[in-house]
Amino acid sequence: MSATIAPPGPPAPSPDAMESLSGRRLPRWAPWAVLVVAAALALLLAAFTAVSGRAGTSLVGIGLFIALQSGWSFAVEGRRHAIDRFATTLIYSSFVIAMIPLVAILVSVVVNGIKAFTPYFLLHSMRNVDPRGTGGGEYHAIIGTIEVVGMAAIIGIPIGILVAIYLVEYGNRSRLARLISFFVDVMTGVPSIVAGLFVYTFLVLTLGFQQSGLAGALSLSILVIPIVVRSSEEMLKLVPTELRESSYALGVPKYRTIMRIVVPTALPGMITGAMLAISRVTGETAPLLLTMFLTQSINTNPLTGPQATLPTFIWDQILNGTDASTNRAWAAALTLILFVMILNIVARLLARLSRVK
Amino acid sequence: MSATPTLEHPAPAPAPEDPNRIRGNSVRPGDRIFRGVTRGAGILVLLIMGAIGAFLLWKAIPALRVNTVNFFTYQKWSPDNTPAKFGIAAMAFGTVVCAVIAMILAVPVGYGIALFTAHYAPRRIAAMLGYVIDLLAAVPSIIFGLWGLNYLMPRSYGLMQWLNDHLGFIPIFDNRLGVYSRSIMIASIVLAIMILPTVSAISREVFVQVPRAHVEAALALGATRWEMIRTAVIPYGRSGMISAAMLGLGRALGETIAVALLLSASFTISSHLTEPGGITISAAIALLFNESGAIGIGALIAAGLVLFVITLLVNMIARLIIERRRDFSGAN
Amino acid sequence: MAKRIDVSDLNVRYGSFVAVEGVTLTVEPRSVTAFIGPSGCGKSTVLRTLNRMHEVIPGATVEGKVLLDGEDIYGSDVDPVNVRRTIGMVFQKPNPFPTMSIYDNVVAGLKLSKRYRRAELDEIVERSLRSANLWEEVKDRLRRPGSGLSGGQQQRLCIARAIAVQPQVLLMDEPCSALDPISTLAIEDLIEELKQQYTIVIVTHNMQQAARVSDTTAFFNIAGTGQPGMLIEMDGTQKIFSNPSEKKTEDYISGRFG
Repeated sequence: MSATIAPPGPPAPSPDAMESLSGRRLPRWAPWAVLVVAAALALLLAAFTAVSGRAGTSLVGIGLFIALQSGWSFAVEGRRHAIDRFATTLIYSSFVIAMIPLVAILVSVVVNGIKAFTPYFLLHSMRNVDPRGTGGGEYHAIIGTIEVVGMAAIIGIPIGILVAIYLVEYGNRSRLARLISFFVDVMTGVPSIVAGLFVYTFLVLTLGFQQSGLAGALSLSILVIPIVVRSSEEMLKLVPTELRESSYALGVPKYRTIMRIVVPTALPGMITGAMLAISRVTGETAPLLLTMFLTQSINTNPLTGPQATLPTFIWDQILNGTDASTNRAWAAALTLILFVMILNIVARLLARLSRVK
Repeated sequence: MSATPTLEHPAPAPAPEDPNRIRGNSVRPGDRIFRGVTRGAGILVLLIMGAIGAFLLWKAIPALRVNTVNFFTYQKWSPDNTPAKFGIAAMAFGTVVCAVIAMILAVPVGYGIALFTAHYAPRRIAAMLGYVIDLLAAVPSIIFGLWGLNYLMPRSYGLMQWLNDHLGFIPIFDNRLGVYSRSIMIASIVLAIMILPTVSAISREVFVQVPRAHVEAALALGATRWEMIRTAVIPYGRSGMISAAMLGLGRALGETIAVALLLSASFTISSHLTEPGGITISAAIALLFNESGAIGIGALIAAGLVLFVITLLVNMIARLIIERRRDFSGAN
Repeated sequence: MAKRIDVSDLNVRYGSFVAVEGVTLTVEPRSVTAFIGPSGCGKSTVLRTLNRMHEVIPGATVEGKVLLDGEDIYGSDVDPVNVRRTIGMVFQKPNPFPTMSIYDNVVAGLKLSKRYRRAELDEIVERSLRSANLWEEVKDRLRRPGSGLSGGQQQRLCIARAIAVQPQVLLMDEPCSALDPISTLAIEDLIEELKQQYTIVIVTHNMQQAARVSDTTAFFNIAGTGQPGMLIEMDGTQKIFSNPSEKKTEDYISGRFG
């Protein structure tokens, strides 16, 4: 095909040979300088105008910082770098914004919870204690938490692991496996209160059982299962195929391979996933309110009658509304957070340690 | 010395041909049982999901039958009266509004945090910062409720007042009563804090997976860091970002306890969000359940069914988005 | 007009590890300079210091001077963003932006700096793709994703993208090593054309390619593992390949190592 028009040459280098490499940049200390100026201005405004209060002054300070920095940058460095700095500021601040509530919550819980957090509190229940007065403790709630969460673990973790094994080892991208996988994902989004409602309708209304720790545990296990499935699945997938193949090559049947070789290899990660699931349901309140309500006394039998757990205990104390019960609520919150955080941190440490291989 | 050495111990003869040993699965009884058990567990998952829908519907129907008003448009809630009158309009409104406001607050911040840990924070502490944000996810919702009630709410008067004074022409900030306590606004703010880790964790995963090659291509063209993010990171992570927002939405819709403590349980629809009031479906169930009679419980079950369906849809859509856009995002 | 590069006493470190030491060389304008040497000898590292791309790696530092027509690109008031605009780079593995169409890929760099009118953009796209010898193949599907092309086409797209911003210098880091022989030849022809307008520096582990394509060749080598890479010899390509001055160069050229 003959070209009727001579094709134009390659785009020549920019004829503006004087296009210099230098761009004026703000000095390195610029952000700090602007920060100081903005803070000073904000404090001044707080002193002399109506805008005051910690939050208000901070917001004004931040606004000033952004405005001043952007303006200065725009003047010296040009539009692109000004935008870049603006974006950087926003992104750094989003991190700071997230840290504020975290720190505030942890500090609140510790500072307020410490007041009633005594050995007496830990070892006694609320039996015969006037709910609006002082006294009493959370022992029944601790026992209840351990039992109910323990049962949820015993029910939910094995099922979760089995499902994960099915999906990874036997599923083979079959339609059933994909369907199950999809619904496991969807199950992670089931609101906890719906899980409680379901167990109530199923166990209590239909089968006639009463509200009890077992019912509570069942509703929690619905929440545990999908978390365990997902994390176990990840871990099982990480086990190299060669490991399985060398086992088959020795004539070991598949189920033995899975139980003796694959699962033990993936076990540390699976334990981490299970612990994270447990730590999540330890803090659940809503499903338990429906399935096992509450009691003020110690009940070590999860099969009959209601039990208390730390979250439902806190709920009850909050609804009482007096100072004494609020103190108890904070102390129980401290206990709960310690519980949850320890589980969480141990789980993650385990994950990091076992990843050394 | 004989030419052919005799073996003291002859090599073991190969085992007689057993066809079952060649294949790794199927025929052995142990295998079949095990496979059946795991498959059964998988099917159990499907059964549970189906059972939730089925049982909730079944037990909701008697209550719905005696309802004398439209379940979807009526605002008030008195199922145990005669005649029974109850509707989820106010609850649904509260659920949606709280979730939407929470998303407006949390999603941008969540993206910001994800970008921060993926591309702005110094390498060495980025992982640690990620853990710290995840700690926020570990805080139980009851504690958010307690904190919101006792710590945040009293301290929010100033802000709410300021919003009323300066932006009061916008109904959502207009507080006609001058009373600032449990309201949809404060519940939404706490809800936003709660869904923040969800949004940020999922977006962070996609941002971190952007191949280095694209990042370098953008920088080599002379892009500033933000321009590089705009050109190479965000387009790549778009489907993950949408999915993260939707999963945050799902979480916000289903959140019960913190919201229940921060709303004053009034069954009305009002656009004045800083005034006391508001109710969501999940909060209503939590608060009214143990005081309700048989019809009341049935009515709450019906409301729970609606919530179940909504969250199901949101979650399904979120998962489908990430599945479909995987091709175009170049994740392969 | 295309610029010359003068490097003097360049040391490159990653943290405390010295990757490259004492490099001094000159790249003439409107020529092709090849960096050759065994793997790990630092040739890519040196290439990346020429457009300040190695800074992207945390902990990487540079001592010494790199002058672009007399201006030190590491000067204290120099903006790396401008440096990379003026000194473009093409990478070993073709990396068009996967979410963008071919058209958008070509103009990706342009759109960063200012607003162009649609007609201008169209013209630039056509010119860049023509000079990358890709226009005929893609002119009917400019709106399709850039990732849908073959490897050789993708690399030419990346070249089009790089020259669309009108740099003075083009750095190419083993641009053909991921491509088939036909695409490789196509790109070598392209380099021959481009050198009339640009200064080109190409890193390659393929000696025949260096001999075919370049006017000047620089041979880098590394004394042993853990030692810094160094420039051993740099001269006209003819001379390097027929009668090198250094023994190490001759050993490498004749295949005794590397």
